[in-house]
Amino acid sequence: MTESALRAPIVKPKVGRDDWTMRAFIGVIGLYLVITLAFPLYAMMSKSVRDNDGAFVGLANYIEYFATPALTWSIGNSLQVATITTLITVTIAFTFAYALTRSCIPLKGLFQSITMIPILVPSLLPGIALVYLFGTQGLIKELLFGYSIYGPIGIVIAEVFFTLPHAIIILITSLSIADARLYEAAVALRTSRLRIFLTVTLPGCRYGLISAAFVVFTLAITDFGAPKVIGGDFNVLATDIYKQVIGQQNFEMGAVVSVVLLIPAVLAFAIDRVVQRRQVALLSSRAVTLEPRPNRGFDAAMLGFCVLVSVFLIGMLGVCQFAALVKFYPYDLSLSLKNYNFDVMDGGGWSSYWNSIRMATYTAGFGTVVVFSGAYLVEKGRGFRAGRTLFQLLAMMPMAVPGLVLGLAYIFFFNHPNNPLGFLYHTMAILVISTIVHFYTVAHLTAVTALKQMDPEFEAVGASLKAPFHRTFRRVTVPVCLPAILDIMIYLFVNAMTTVSAVVFIYGPDTNLASVAVLNMDDAGDIAPAAAMGMMIFYTAASVRLAHFLVSRHLKRRTQAWRIR
Amino acid sequence: MPSNPSSSDFYLRIRRLTKKFGEFTALADISLDVLDGEFVCFLGPSGCGKTTLLRAIAGLDIQTAGTIEQAGADISALPPSERDFGIVFQSYALFPNMTAARNVAYGLESRRHSREEVRSRVRELLDLVGLPDQGDKYPAQLSGGQQQRIALARAIAMSPGLLLLDEPLSALDAKVRARLRLEVKALQRRLGITTIMVTHDQEEALTMADRIVVMNHGVIEQVGSPVEIYREPASMFVADFIGTMNFLAAEVTQEGAAGDGGIRTGAFVLACDTSGHSPRERVTAAIRPEDIVLLDAGDSETPGRVGDSRNTGGPRSTGRAENAAEARNADIAPRGGAAVDATVEYVEFLGAFARVELACAGERLRMDLPIAQVQRFDLTAGSAVRAMVPREAVRLYAGAPPDG
Repeated sequence: MTESALRAPIVKPKVGRDDWTMRAFIGVIGLYLVITLAFPLYAMMSKSVRDNDGAFVGLANYIEYFATPALTWSIGNSLQVATITTLITVTIAFTFAYALTRSCIPLKGLFQSITMIPILVPSLLPGIALVYLFGTQGLIKELLFGYSIYGPIGIVIAEVFFTLPHAIIILITSLSIADARLYEAAVALRTSRLRIFLTVTLPGCRYGLISAAFVVFTLAITDFGAPKVIGGDFNVLATDIYKQVIGQQNFEMGAVVSVVLLIPAVLAFAIDRVVQRRQVALLSSRAVTLEPRPNRGFDAAMLGFCVLVSVFLIGMLGVCQFAALVKFYPYDLSLSLKNYNFDVMDGGGWSSYWNSIRMATYTAGFGTVVVFSGAYLVEKGRGFRAGRTLFQLLAMMPMAVPGLVLGLAYIFFFNHPNNPLGFLYHTMAILVISTIVHFYTVAHLTAVTALKQMDPEFEAVGASLKAPFHRTFRRVTVPVCLPAILDIMIYLFVNAMTTVSAVVFIYGPDTNLASVAVLNMDDAGDIAPAAAMGMMIFYTAASVRLAHFLVSRHLKRRTQAWRIR
Repeated sequence: MPSNPSSSDFYLRIRRLTKKFGEFTALADISLDVLDGEFVCFLGPSGCGKTTLLRAIAGLDIQTAGTIEQAGADISALPPSERDFGIVFQSYALFPNMTAARNVAYGLESRRHSREEVRSRVRELLDLVGLPDQGDKYPAQLSGGQQQRIALARAIAMSPGLLLLDEPLSALDAKVRARLRLEVKALQRRLGITTIMVTHDQEEALTMADRIVVMNHGVIEQVGSPVEIYREPASMFVADFIGTMNFLAAEVTQEGAAGDGGIRTGAFVLACDTSGHSPRERVTAAIRPEDIVLLDAGDSETPGRVGDSRNTGGPRSTGRAENAAEARNADIAPRGGAAVDATVEYVEFLGAFARVELACAGERLRMDLPIAQVQRFDLTAGSAVRAMVPREAVRLYAGAPPDG
């Protein structure tokens, strides 16, 4: 058998024209992520081990940081506030999600829409609302029994408002994948309601609970808006970064705090990823959907709870709107539009509002193209495994990077005198670029999920019919994924409208933004105009959201003939 | 299939193909030739490598080592878009946002055909698959069987040299599947297109294929016509995988060809061809249930023994029941078989025939009988019967029987 003694030749697959094109595109988008994410982060890390003149000083800055109690206090404060927020938010969110999925209360759709309100406003806004409710001249400050809202109490309430929708989305998904057959089996075994809850319901959504907890924790510990407005003297890591950089111009120390803040964020993110991978394995396609049965007492309690939460959410907005329309709170409560005369305030005026709309539009437009193409190439590309894995890793990174940290990293990288891209600094372009990167991960995951749901053989069929990949991409992938593409667009638009953290470090004199104007007006004591601008952001985001809903519905109807639910 | 094909008759030549996924070897040194116009089935349990082999031929997952030649050209390293094949998947992979006609036209449109040419070709293809009126419907509006036909029309639209079918009928109802089996086969014959189909359904393979490639654990166990695969399984795996088989642990008592070889199982002695096995060797005897002949139902007289060779006209040459009665009159074991006395354990009704489980001194034998015969002899659990195992029905394999 001489033939079998010889080694069969190893095959080196020929790289076709399609493959080259795809690799080139992955390279371009990957390079984009490297330049706009990896390089700035590196610049920030390196700044934290250098002195003012750029000389390498090792860990000297860190030693100084940990030797300054005023700074290290913030670590404890941040952890404390984030932990309490997590406990409260997850409890409320779970109960709310439970009501929406496991009870027979009416108006479920309305309740669910109301819980999405906080997504449509900057995180500064709940802080402003709390000032009006519980501040020194607050409407109902007596309810605090003498405690001050400026500090951990205010931060926690604002963070609960801000993080609630994220937790509710996760828990609704988690609770709605329950398999009715498990419950039928439990009932057949005459298990008590409580025992069913403890042995079937809770284990069934444990990954959802863990995931929600980590998401809330990360959001709360990295958020900058709420502690900035309502934190008072209670320092947290996020406000420390801002103070070091904007207040004291101590960029090195800002970098050190950023690295410190990066650690819990990265940890929480990593754990969440591991947990989510398990959750997927839990899904069974043959599960029977659970239909809740009416139970008068339980349903009434659940309805009461949902109303309470909704009143809290709408109330916070209502207070802001009220404050914005009142002439001079609390002395002259007559209505007026004078707080909308932004042009006479310190903060950027109406132009900042229009800048925000432009910025959000560009971010949604370019961002969607970049994100969806990137996800497509990673998912459907052939070969080139190393490149695709690296890209996937880069795409996941932004989730773990707090906005302030990203913004600071942009100062260090793009404002560096030797950077040929320095001309971008302060421009609209850099605002768009940073915002796309800041919100890249969720958008990327949305695209990947949609692409994974498509038949993996479309590309194979396309290739066998000699159609180049971009033709199949244009004619099949994009039309089929259009709902997801619209979701990505609206996600990017709304976040671009409301974000403060990353852009606060990189906007320029001509590129002030509405959300930053809210911050600056609040800082200058113009709280009512800040509330007015915050509400402008809300109305804009809400109308775009509504438009998105109508377009999606129209699309769904028009393509009903071929969409299999 | 010509008995001695020259190498120029081979449309597809696969040489020394190996595919590894990390440490796992999915295909181990596979070589195979496919004739021009032939319909070949890759058959095997899930994970045997049959789909991997098909995807390597398509260039979708290119092999780690080894070569593939198609129509005389080496295509081993080419990406799918530079190969010449049409493919149909189990999921059909019809583009959901295009009508059936647009799906069929998808490949044609990119090829600089005039609009009128494309339209008439699509009409021709829809006629060919028997769906002339369904062109304007979206895939979601078609039944599974119709979708599969559209997928087939799309795959052959550009007249590829090779048609690849990846479990094309697995997602369909039993009835639709049986009908499409015939239609696909007829279409393939009419077009004369070289076709490779992957399936885990042996009935599908046996009815459709010119040749079957039985695979297991990344290697080819046997290549042969459906009759060869069924009647002369080359390995115990093939014997077990195709159809139903009785396996009996046995020992060779006497080496010899059909006339004088013999084995002994735990309960009885069988005559069979033992050439190639030495006396006292442990072997496994494989017997198809339908090959076992019912001699008699009623009181048993003599225990099983190696049948003598008084020829009384083989029971297998004509109807079984008549001959069984005849054999009873003769009170002998018919030609070249061993008569076995047994008790019916239970009768499993399977429609046109029944599977009768026999117990015989600790051994179990399954026997397939036409329903008429079961009724005639009034076989129920507990009936005493006399059965005969013809010597040509016994195939021997080295080693112990497979589990289960």
